[in-house]
Amino acid sequence: MTYTTSEIWLIIGLLAAGTFAIRFSFLGLIGDREMPPIVLRMLRYTPVAVLPGMVARLVFWPAATGGQPDLVRIVAAIAAVAFAYRTKKVLWGMGAGVVTFYAGLWITGLL
Amino acid sequence: MTAATDKSVFWTGLRDGLPFVFMVVPFAVLFGVVAIDAGLSLAQTLGFTILVIAGAAQFAAVQLMLDNAAIGFVLLAALAVNMRMAMYSAALVPYLGAAPLWQRALVSYLNFDQSYMMSIAKFEEKPEMSVPDRTAYFLGVATAIAPLWCVATLVGAVVGKAIPEAFAIDFVLPIAFLSMVAPMLRTLAHVAAAFVSIVVSMLLIGLPSGSGLLIAALCAMIAGVTVESWKARARA
Repeated sequence: MTYTTSEIWLIIGLLAAGTFAIRFSFLGLIGDREMPPIVLRMLRYTPVAVLPGMVARLVFWPAATGGQPDLVRIVAAIAAVAFAYRTKKVLWGMGAGVVTFYAGLWITGLL
Repeated sequence: MTAATDKSVFWTGLRDGLPFVFMVVPFAVLFGVVAIDAGLSLAQTLGFTILVIAGAAQFAAVQLMLDNAAIGFVLLAALAVNMRMAMYSAALVPYLGAAPLWQRALVSYLNFDQSYMMSIAKFEEKPEMSVPDRTAYFLGVATAIAPLWCVATLVGAVVGKAIPEAFAIDFVLPIAFLSMVAPMLRTLAHVAAAFVSIVVSMLLIGLPSGSGLLIAALCAMIAGVTVESWKARARA
């Protein structure tokens, strides 16, 4: 890393200001005014639209394995989705995913 | 609405936010480890965590700083990762838009994936909640998470170098996000949105970090709305 101390603080400061501006945008500036129905309908899908895309690359091409698909990670991801979907409980999915992941690492470590 | 009600709603939010500690703590520790390892000082690492308070964007920024990218590019990539929060901000307007400005500013500062998702699920489930109750609930969830996020980053920065790489702590994040999304796949439209999000983000994987995700999210939302109106028409 070749940045000066003040450059690093500049990055942190601008990133903080920019991130707050994004978060404040609608809630702070637009407030309680009416929004077009189509926008409201689209926003209902925000979490399922953003998070799977964010996770996909981490599951299929994880940086930890140098970008190689890793069976243990894929199986653990499937376990997390399956348990969370069946139980409708976030923690069950996380538990199943984490247990599967570390069991998988342990087994493949043995092989 | 009485102050007592606000208070109990705050505690309900705090309790509902507690399970996220299991995902936030490892993630924050990891950021501490990564940031110190990259050459940031302790103050800079905590500066990121307290001022920016957005995990994925912090990781993206540090990653690009490791590559000595131009400052403008570091900012652009990290802010693109955070653009999804504009959608969170907009989604909260129907529920919190009538709250006082300082409360909306506080909610905005604390509007991250977990506080947003937990709260929006609650608001949808209980449409009868008052605006002060909603604010109290949101701040309760955030209070369970944000202080620990900072403390765990500090822990990671101080002792993190002792964590062996074989522990593969990186995969806690995807597992947590998948576990959050799966229970939301209530309708075909939600499944279609998730599927399109995965496919498009994989197709655009070569684009600068965050921008492919934005396009994928937009396509996914359009897919969700489209499937929803198909189903409505089929029923009509």
